[in-house]
Amino acid sequence: MFSRAYKTVVTVPPLLWVTVFLLVPYALMFCYSFWLVSPSQLIVHSWNFDNYKELLHKTVYWQTLLRSMWIAARVMLFSFLLGYPLAYFLSFYAGKRKDLLYQLVIIPLWVSYLVRAYAWKTILGSDGVLNTLLQYVHLTKHPLDFLLYSPFAVVLTLTHIYTPFTILPIYAALEHIPRNLVEASHDLGATPTQTFWKVIFPLSIPGVVAGATFAFVLSLGDFLAPLLLGGPSGIMISNIVVSLFGAAYNWPLGAAISLGMLIIVVGLLFLSERLEKKWSFS
Amino acid sequence: MAPPITPAVALADTTEATTKPTLLSIRNVAKTFGRNAVLRNVSLEIAEGEFLTILGESGSGKTTLLRIVAGFESATSGELWMESERLDHQPPYRRRVNTVFQSYALFPHLTVEENVGYGLRVAKRPAAEIAQRVAEALDKVKMTAHAKSKPSKISGGQQQRVALARALVNRPRLLLLDEPLSALDANLRRQMQVELKSLQREVGIAFVFVTHDQEEAMVMSDRIALLRSGELEQVATPREIYSRPATAYVAQFIGHTNLLQGEARSGGVKCGSLTWSASVPDGPVLFSLRPENVRLARAAASNNSTIRVRGRVIHQAFHGATELLRVECTGGLVLVLRTPTGAVLHSEVEIEFSPADAVLVRQSPERI
Repeated sequence: MFSRAYKTVVTVPPLLWVTVFLLVPYALMFCYSFWLVSPSQLIVHSWNFDNYKELLHKTVYWQTLLRSMWIAARVMLFSFLLGYPLAYFLSFYAGKRKDLLYQLVIIPLWVSYLVRAYAWKTILGSDGVLNTLLQYVHLTKHPLDFLLYSPFAVVLTLTHIYTPFTILPIYAALEHIPRNLVEASHDLGATPTQTFWKVIFPLSIPGVVAGATFAFVLSLGDFLAPLLLGGPSGIMISNIVVSLFGAAYNWPLGAAISLGMLIIVVGLLFLSERLEKKWSFS
Repeated sequence: MAPPITPAVALADTTEATTKPTLLSIRNVAKTFGRNAVLRNVSLEIAEGEFLTILGESGSGKTTLLRIVAGFESATSGELWMESERLDHQPPYRRRVNTVFQSYALFPHLTVEENVGYGLRVAKRPAAEIAQRVAEALDKVKMTAHAKSKPSKISGGQQQRVALARALVNRPRLLLLDEPLSALDANLRRQMQVELKSLQREVGIAFVFVTHDQEEAMVMSDRIALLRSGELEQVATPREIYSRPATAYVAQFIGHTNLLQGEARSGGVKCGSLTWSASVPDGPVLFSLRPENVRLARAAASNNSTIRVRGRVIHQAFHGATELLRVECTGGLVLVLRTPTGAVLHSEVEIEFSPADAVLVRQSPERI
């Protein structure tokens, strides 16, 4: 149908892009993870598993990884709890305002991540909007210090940032449900609640899985929110990677952690793909 | 386009249905979408166990009427009563009415058997009863072998049967069918018409069947309600609606017809060059004359109650058992006639009909 030349022209640039900016860096990272840093701060190209051994034996990495996953899991849960009702409302009840409200969901994505993270800093800080307000209405005497520089702040900020990513696939899945299935369910005697649990929710599962995966994976690898708002107790695995590549100057260990993360994330994506397929019926 | 329909005896037969108690009455129902009046003042009674077809072209409002009865739309005005119970105030899930959707609307994530059992499960019937009734329903529509299949794995005709079983298993008072056969190919469609009709007789549930296909309506229905631009043109048995159409629109929509425009004056009718005596009020009149009631005249004039006219065959269409001839009569009038014998194209013929077969119809008013 298309000429050879045309096919070449359209396929080569993306392949080249992926190779240069994705595959080559990954390959480099893979190599680095088997190298070492000498005491004189030089990278020694001697192949060994020392980095991986260190990862397995030092609990700090495990603890940080688990904490990151726990934060990501909470972000996933809260994004789902906030996102699903909104997506459901948009799809089923928004009527003529649907397009406008959909835009309102998307607009926060136009605002820089940093701006939104700093906004939370202003809100949650000890002289921040929230603490000032709480003291002004005499709900609290002193600023609440768990609000900022805590896992709470990280979960809150990440939930705010990644909820739109959860809403969009859920909304898309809900939009794909033929409305006559909802009518058929009512027709067969199912109340709106029964219809939701027996028809609408099961058919929206692919969107839920996609949205939850987005929220979890994006949060798991996040390093800005913990850096800006997490404090010492809110450190996540990516912060360790960043410091290993930066101040600590241990690229090989950083690469090993990154590779481990990559494997976890690819595994999650694979699992989510399988789940989505299992629940798709069209 | 129209099928060869056996000419009906001109007398209207009294319906079985009208003697049965009324199940559903639709009273002065109107529906407007914005400025668009889809239904205007529709009143219709459906009897217990009756097979009623709502027939109409697309855009006539037939599906809207069905959706109002099912509860998916609410009427702008008017009432629905099921026996002594006001139906239009109830949500669809409380109405003892089930629907077979045009696209079947089977739940894709449930198996055939789970689809059929859906209504019983949401009604929280005991598991043993559900299993038994689902098995019976699947058996009735011959789908037992596919009980464990997902809807996407079975054919359109099979999905149709499942949709039917899913509705009937709940033992509704009334079953609504929204053009359920329109997605099937012609052969399967004819077969399903027969099956559906015999199934309806067997279960004894009133069916309201929506279609745009007049042949389907004729074959299946106890009564036909012909809807045009949101108003009922005529509600009658297939025989009556064919042999005694109330309006020119009905006469043309159901089968072929010749519409004769004329003038009535003091006990006589004059249509072009044709005249006959008829007791109709003076003024402009319109008659419907079925092609099968017009014959090629054979022997010399024997019966002077028939109207005879000479003409020339200007068109001929072969229909198997019969032929349709278009004859241009002296005086310019063109008549279509159905004959088993046929005639040579362009030949001169003499044709005849009995004035008793010319049915006086109302001119259908223009509607938007």
